[in-house]
Amino acid sequence: MTISVAMTVNGKAVSGKVEARTLLVQFLREHLGMTGTHVGCDTSQCGACVVDVDGKSVKSCTMLAVQAEGAKVITIEGLAESADKLHPMQEAFRENHALQCGFCTPGMVMSAIDMVKRHNYQLDEATVRRELEGNLCRCTGYHNIVKAILAAAPAMKSAGV
Amino acid sequence: MYDFAYHRPKSVADAVALLKGKEEARPMSGGMTLIPTLKQRLARPSDIVDLGAIKELAGIKVEGNNVVIGGMTKHGDVATSADVKANIPALASLAGHIGDPAVRNRGTMGGSVANNDPAADYPAAVVALNATITTNTGKHTADDFFKGLFETALSEGELITSISFPKVEKAAYIKFPNPASRYAMVGVFVAKTAGGVRVAVTGAGPCVFRVKAMEDALAKNFTSAAIKDIKVPADDLNSDIHGSAEYRAHLVGVMARRAVDAANK
Repeated sequence: MTISVAMTVNGKAVSGKVEARTLLVQFLREHLGMTGTHVGCDTSQCGACVVDVDGKSVKSCTMLAVQAEGAKVITIEGLAESADKLHPMQEAFRENHALQCGFCTPGMVMSAIDMVKRHNYQLDEATVRRELEGNLCRCTGYHNIVKAILAAAPAMKSAGV
Repeated sequence: MYDFAYHRPKSVADAVALLKGKEEARPMSGGMTLIPTLKQRLARPSDIVDLGAIKELAGIKVEGNNVVIGGMTKHGDVATSADVKANIPALASLAGHIGDPAVRNRGTMGGSVANNDPAADYPAAVVALNATITTNTGKHTADDFFKGLFETALSEGELITSISFPKVEKAAYIKFPNPASRYAMVGVFVAKTAGGVRVAVTGAGPCVFRVKAMEDALAKNFTSAAIKDIKVPADDLNSDIHGSAEYRAHLVGVMARRAVDAANK
């Protein structure tokens, strides 16, 4: 079944024709060519595909594109203000060497931003580690990811994002 | 995933009409179980009826002595609801430990209860709190609702519209999560309400069940010491690579005692 779908991705109106079974992540990557959002496990475990849909973080490998009809979607490509000015969370990941291979990073950054906002910019290490339950990293042992998120929380607050 | 026809009705009546009118139609709530099932081609529905746009199904309200939660209410909303936290904190805590934050933003209470996964958390809360399940056609008591492995009292075209939980005096839910999947190997919900004491176990068997001996002992003396000698037979419990039936039977006792201690805090 082919369906027309329209949504806003990173502030831009987009539309396309998809099969009912097309996943949101497939629509982003294969229809829109936005390959920043990754597919790691395809079984909702790893979190590499996390994007923001109407203000809530979701695993885009476990949502149909048609379910995002009319929604506002933000992906990793929508975070940085410009090529020179990263989002404070991206900057904190760079500063703290919070990635090695980088495959999990888009999902980590998206989940981390959601986490900081849900906790009103106030996080401790135990909370960060618990909240990262749905994001798997096979390189870093999480240590620097946790450091980056803790550093980004006050930076996001002062930047007003 | 096999392709299907997709529908997004705006009302329960429209959803039911779609489900009844199609040969192999399936309702979808949050999709956290159904979409992975479709991906593995373990199901091949002709039609998916997405309940996501039905506003009347979501929301939480306090009605007299009960907290009534709409079927499409997300786990994350139950976990953070001031009404749930104030009246049934154990239920908010349970919801806050399902899956991970992104899963809790999509998965719904009605979907989980209707699916009746043997390792799901919510069935333990529904049974221990003696909740009432309301559907588009009527009401079910908790004890009559969960029939067996992935089996419930729901008939075709019947959708959970809300679940009503009584306020509690004391309650707690403690689970032993599988170290890899984080699903409950065993989870025990202990509750003391105006209706008495109930102990419900998920994860251990093919379907949620009560432990009457523990309920009787706790009704007389609501302490973990009162149930320390009560054993659950391993006969009908799950046995798999993660743990034997005997191990799960042992865990039921440990989780139940921890839950009673947590409820008394």
